[in-house]
Amino acid sequence: MTAETAVKYVTETPQEDIERVKNWINSEEYKEKNFARQALVINPPHACQPLGAELAAHGFEGALPFVHGSQGCASYYRSTFNRHFREPAAAVSDAMTEDGAVFGGQNNLHEGLENAYTIYKPKMIPIFTSCMPEVIGDDLTAFIKNAKNKGIVPQDFPLPYANTPSFNGSHIHGYDSMLLSILQTLTEGKKVEGRCTGKLNLLPGFDCNTGNYREYKKILEAFGIPYTVLADISEVFDSPLDGTYKPYPGGTKLDEAADSINGKVTMTLAPFSTTKTFTWIKENYSGKHVSLPTPFGVAKTDEFVLQLSKLFGKPVPESVKAERGRAVDAMTDAHQYIHGKKFALYGDPDYLLGYVSFLLEMGAKPWHIICSKGSKKFQKECQALLDGSADGKGCTIYLSKDLWHMRSLVVTDPVDAMIGDTHGKFAARDANIPLFRFGFPIFDRVNLHRAPLVGYQGAINMLTTICNKFIEVRDETCEDKYFEMMR
Amino acid sequence: MSEARKKVEGITKESTQAMIDHAMEIYPEKAKKKRAPHLAPNEGEGACVKSNRKTVPGIMSARGCAYAGAKGVVWGPIRDMVHVSHGPVGCGWYSWGTRRNMMSGINGVTQFGMQFTSDFQEKDIVYGGDKKLRTLLEEAQTLFPLAKGISVLSECPVGLIGDDINSVAKVASKELDIPIIPCNCEGFRGVSQSLGHHISNDTIRDHIIGTREFAEPESPYDIALIGDYNIGGDVWSVKPLLEEIGLNVKAVWTGDGELEKIAATHKVKLNLIHCYRSMNYMCRVMEEKYGIPWLEFNFFGPTKIRESLRKIADQFDDYIKEKVEAVIAKYDPIMQAVIDEYRPRLEGKTVMLYVGGLRPRHTVNAYGDLGMTVVGSGYEFAHGDDYERTSVEMPEATVIYDDASEHELEEFVNTLRPDLVGSGIKEKYLFQKMGIPFRQMHSWDYSGPYHAYNGFPIFARDVDMAVNSPTWNLVKSPF
Repeated sequence: MTAETAVKYVTETPQEDIERVKNWINSEEYKEKNFARQALVINPPHACQPLGAELAAHGFEGALPFVHGSQGCASYYRSTFNRHFREPAAAVSDAMTEDGAVFGGQNNLHEGLENAYTIYKPKMIPIFTSCMPEVIGDDLTAFIKNAKNKGIVPQDFPLPYANTPSFNGSHIHGYDSMLLSILQTLTEGKKVEGRCTGKLNLLPGFDCNTGNYREYKKILEAFGIPYTVLADISEVFDSPLDGTYKPYPGGTKLDEAADSINGKVTMTLAPFSTTKTFTWIKENYSGKHVSLPTPFGVAKTDEFVLQLSKLFGKPVPESVKAERGRAVDAMTDAHQYIHGKKFALYGDPDYLLGYVSFLLEMGAKPWHIICSKGSKKFQKECQALLDGSADGKGCTIYLSKDLWHMRSLVVTDPVDAMIGDTHGKFAARDANIPLFRFGFPIFDRVNLHRAPLVGYQGAINMLTTICNKFIEVRDETCEDKYFEMMR
Repeated sequence: MSEARKKVEGITKESTQAMIDHAMEIYPEKAKKKRAPHLAPNEGEGACVKSNRKTVPGIMSARGCAYAGAKGVVWGPIRDMVHVSHGPVGCGWYSWGTRRNMMSGINGVTQFGMQFTSDFQEKDIVYGGDKKLRTLLEEAQTLFPLAKGISVLSECPVGLIGDDINSVAKVASKELDIPIIPCNCEGFRGVSQSLGHHISNDTIRDHIIGTREFAEPESPYDIALIGDYNIGGDVWSVKPLLEEIGLNVKAVWTGDGELEKIAATHKVKLNLIHCYRSMNYMCRVMEEKYGIPWLEFNFFGPTKIRESLRKIADQFDDYIKEKVEAVIAKYDPIMQAVIDEYRPRLEGKTVMLYVGGLRPRHTVNAYGDLGMTVVGSGYEFAHGDDYERTSVEMPEATVIYDDASEHELEEFVNTLRPDLVGSGIKEKYLFQKMGIPFRQMHSWDYSGPYHAYNGFPIFARDVDMAVNSPTWNLVKSPF
């Protein structure tokens, strides 16, 4: 009793304790304890499913992403895109609250659809869920059918919907589910026997680099291959400033998306973020179906270019050949600044495989590879890349680990740099190494999402960024007597 | 306010009402009926709009949720605690480092501006997450031994599946001998961030306040700074000023905050409250329970700073009063120099605001100091008492909006064509696409501080930079 009632004073943490812990968190012993975590996740580099669903939804003409769930969720997703792209992101929610938990969310959904349809005049409203309706078990199929039967939106108005529970998978899985539903909705009844659009349907996957989309288009246009990008966010999140605000500044045309089912070739360049969609496409789309890794680096871009040439019976254009040559020239010129350097990587599977492939091409070592939501399939493919190169020796893949694990790795087993998104900046600072922001999201640098990472140009961009940074570090940190004109 | 109500040329009650009516035209009947009472011309006294009601589904609101109010606003800024976002991975991820509540200390050692989550999976939804929570609390203590406490901030599923975080926290707190504060701030509760603030205040009341005392002797000048979240370093501008006028700032709620000092705040002599909306609850509790008076103040722009410093001085003896006058005399010429530099570039320009907390009213006069007029203002999650406080600050008949939809804001901005919009990240690029200069007024647009005398020169520079950037001249293409 007395112990409980005794006055407790405000305490200051003794300086020696601070010093001790400061050193301890950099130790092997700490790393062991850190890696023994069973329940606590610290600084995970992945977000939840609905974020990805919103990205897929934004990729279509006149589409207004619609969150069935709490309004706070919608605000979080929108702000994330606003911060990364520095662009508007028009999306609504049906603002479910406590009574939704009791009565279900149908009333909110119907009222929300009526308002969103009337006020924002979309051509399509892709609907996806956040936690609340998933936990209480809302029946979206029935709700949406009822909405049309009640005349809230016209019968033929596209209302694709996806269940995107946040307690399962990550943003790339939400992207996949939403994209699948949009394609299923738009292509329903559109398959025409014997019809071929002659086009390539290209699936870039969950990719928040608008430059990448433009790079794909550049290559396809050089070939003269007609294409439909599914889903094309490049104009949506990189729209011109001309004094007018357009809520729907771009996106794949709905009729083109509908006709994509009659395509000549459908190709995914992000097998991990379009898994379900691509499986469905293989069963339902006409033409050929090709799955390729995201074309980071020369070898993967070669694969992409060769496939295009083969599938469309067209020779590789001179401009593409020349660009390849320039990339190889740039890589050879700069190899000495990156060869043998060790890197720590984290991010989504498709991007990670791309980094690994590119780094190995440069004679660099992808030393620590963290995939916080990786699968065995990812591990196998990544390991195969590592095994295919002498520089892959000693490199380790970690699944289901986070950026606090990463911190332990980079302070106990140092590397020269990290590649990932903004969230790694604390670990990079603690390890006193540069962080290359190639991933998503990028909250603390401008315009990086406009510089492509894919294709030959992407390889040049990555290489330039990395090598110049290493040279800069040398310039900034070397003793005066070693500060010289040439590097 | 004693002075005559300010008028803005061209703005009348009728013109404002017509603008509102026009914005409503597109709405379906039900939405119109719900939204109309939230929009009105300023009447100069009382709350002219309805507020703190459910968001209308589908209207593109900027609002957040109770969790955002708890994690992002009240708990998150306390630097020496581990704040666990309990539930799926997203909520904690989105609110990780996105509010700019600066912290001193060493990250991961004495300061924990990180993303801690239980990362709920399907099985946690099915079988419950209490066991996982118990394990992770222990892991947090092992890995972060200098943390002074742990908050458990519930996300939507936790409340829906009926987990009992309160009993887990209670038991674990005892076993681990560290304060563990359960906060039932599920996002579906209430209508906005606001209930999250209230719930968090209640948990401070129930678990924190009165559990510590300051080791040093009391003084009549002991105060606490309440509702300053250290956005862009605001606290580091305000605290030295309060110290300069002779006060002892014993605790800050909660910007760069320390748990034990917050716990001992019942021993101060006065609570100075900056953000009334998010912290008035605990001020009232401390007043009722411990007899501590509280005072609202406004540290935006020299006019309001001066006014507020004198209001604060009135609570104290001549020692403080003299110091306050000396401080005002010291800073007045410095502030005048700032005004002399920027006012000629900004005189007569107009501003529209749409923010949260207190800024839609507290910054009105800071713009005024720069010669600018605020021609529209509103809040995401305010209550009637906020609008009462706003009406006296705003010019006559200017438009007031509550939980504005993107459509409404766009309509108002299109009609009024202000020279600057001050709002949030979701609004920023929309208005910039329209060619209208913009500053984020939640986060100070990655700048700051804006509070107190050190903040005003930065605020003035930023406003000038936005309004007068030559880039706006390039918007109109010659072809």
